[in-house]
Amino acid sequence: MGIEFRNVGKTYRDGTVAVADFSHVVASHRIAALVGSSGSGKTTLLRMVNRMIDPSNGTVLIDDEDIQGLDKVRLRRRIGYVPQAGGLLPHRTVVDNVATVPVLNGTSRATARGNALDLLTLVGLDASLASRYPAQLSGGQQQRVAVARALAADPNILLMDEPFGAVDPIVRRELQDQLLRVQAELGKTIVIVTHDVDEAFRLADDVVVLRTGGVVAQSGTPQSILASPADAFVRDFVGADRPERTLTTTEVDGQRLVVDADGRPVGILR
Amino acid sequence: MTTFLDALTWIADPANWGGAQGISARLLQHLAVTLVAVLAASALAIPLGILIGHTRRGRGVVVALAGAVRAIPTLGLLTLLALLLGVGVEAPLLALVALAVPSVLAGAYAGIESAEPAAVDAARAMGMSELQIVRNVELPLGAGVLVGGLRAATLQVVATATLAAYTSDTGLGRYLFIGLKARDYPQMLAGAILVAVLALLLDRLLATAQDRASRLAHSTEGTP
Ligand SMILES: Nc1ncnc2c1ncn2[C@@H]1O[C@H](COP(=O)(O)OP(=O)(O)OP(=O)(O)O)[C@@H](O)[C@H]1O
Ligand SMILES: [Mg+2]
Repeated sequence: MGIEFRNVGKTYRDGTVAVADFSHVVASHRIAALVGSSGSGKTTLLRMVNRMIDPSNGTVLIDDEDIQGLDKVRLRRRIGYVPQAGGLLPHRTVVDNVATVPVLNGTSRATARGNALDLLTLVGLDASLASRYPAQLSGGQQQRVAVARALAADPNILLMDEPFGAVDPIVRRELQDQLLRVQAELGKTIVIVTHDVDEAFRLADDVVVLRTGGVVAQSGTPQSILASPADAFVRDFVGADRPERTLTTTEVDGQRLVVDADGRPVGILR
Repeated sequence: MTTFLDALTWIADPANWGGAQGISARLLQHLAVTLVAVLAASALAIPLGILIGHTRRGRGVVVALAGAVRAIPTLGLLTLLALLLGVGVEAPLLALVALAVPSVLAGAYAGIESAEPAAVDAARAMGMSELQIVRNVELPLGAGVLVGGLRAATLQVVATATLAAYTSDTGLGRYLFIGLKARDYPQMLAGAILVAVLALLLDRLLATAQDRASRLAHSTEGTP
């Protein structure tokens, strides 16, 4: 069950080997994060799931079914996709952007718009923004619309390619919290690409750390990766030695204070 | 100056407006030739332009071909076609179509290509078919540029349609040819003025259409 990458590889026409040989299973109703430095093949892998890219070799299976045999358009309609930035249709209002896929699937425009308004609320947007055009929204609001749009056809799978990469850290944090709330309610199978390890650790049940060429450096829960990084690359990538990750306790006024390696307070130990 | 005034007087004379050879009839013929040429060019060039713009394939070949066609002097082409097809309106119509195709084609593929790549990619990833991408995303976003191509083509054709009178008794060009032959310069100038006015009117009309079409892209206030 879930999404299985079985020995997939992708060599682009110019000879670039984006992914050599990648295997991994993303469990249903979980959030998996693909992390790795720029060019490590994250986007390539993500786009194999909705067949925006077909692998040069290997198979991708959804619920044990080889997706190579499925109709691309129909496959994509049942998978939500949130691109990095932009990607909203600039000539359609917010509500019509969200209603796009249901309308393509034959839902009446009125019904689709009604549902779209509910989704906007779900992702934390005021209904008064529904009649605006994307250019009239802030970057953070646009990304919320993109998430609502991806959820509109009630897909089981959600693919997110650095969805919060283009917004400032405070807004990013809000968007991450929102996604976790939505996930608690909806329980989708989510694959999220990011090169922000903190984001991966905050959101994902499972993290796959990639090297160049889509080589798995380590995969597992955030806890297990931080507790025992497989090698120096992972250790460095997840910042296991960063001051804010090496915490100690110290006693102040009878309280056990947790401080980082620079002595900055992080919290109180109970 | 007197020639100009004479030309205006000639145009103002109601006697010159009526009948099969009158200004009204010739204006309509001229307009009809222009419309038919632009429509025929569009039927050919718009689908082709959409295909090139959407697939991003074959652009080099088609641009080179269109450039070559553009380089042929229209009068030369017309003479050649008239020799092949004989007198009548067919030869000038074909020459005008050849004149219009490059502009319409350029407008169509440039319009389609102007659609924001991120929006097109997202539309595809959402599950729009290629046809739906063209119809729902690329055409509305590129409509302004596409109509701009039609506008440029129409302007070229309406001016050049005077040549229809070279091989047939059609359009406002007749006044130029008659005037030239009879050394009736006021009549010649009147013909030229009428063509210019018609061209200006059509251009205004299409400018409005272009404006409307651009608004389909609706990036909205403040942003380009
Ligand atoms: N269409 C393409 N043609 C040729 N090479 C490509 C193409 N798309 C990606 N690549 C190459 O494949 C490799 C992996 O690219 P990919 O986009 O999957 O990386 P990524 O991990 O998503 O990187 P980033 O974090 O920068 O988004 C890179 O070396 C990239 O240059
Ligand atoms: Mg990427």
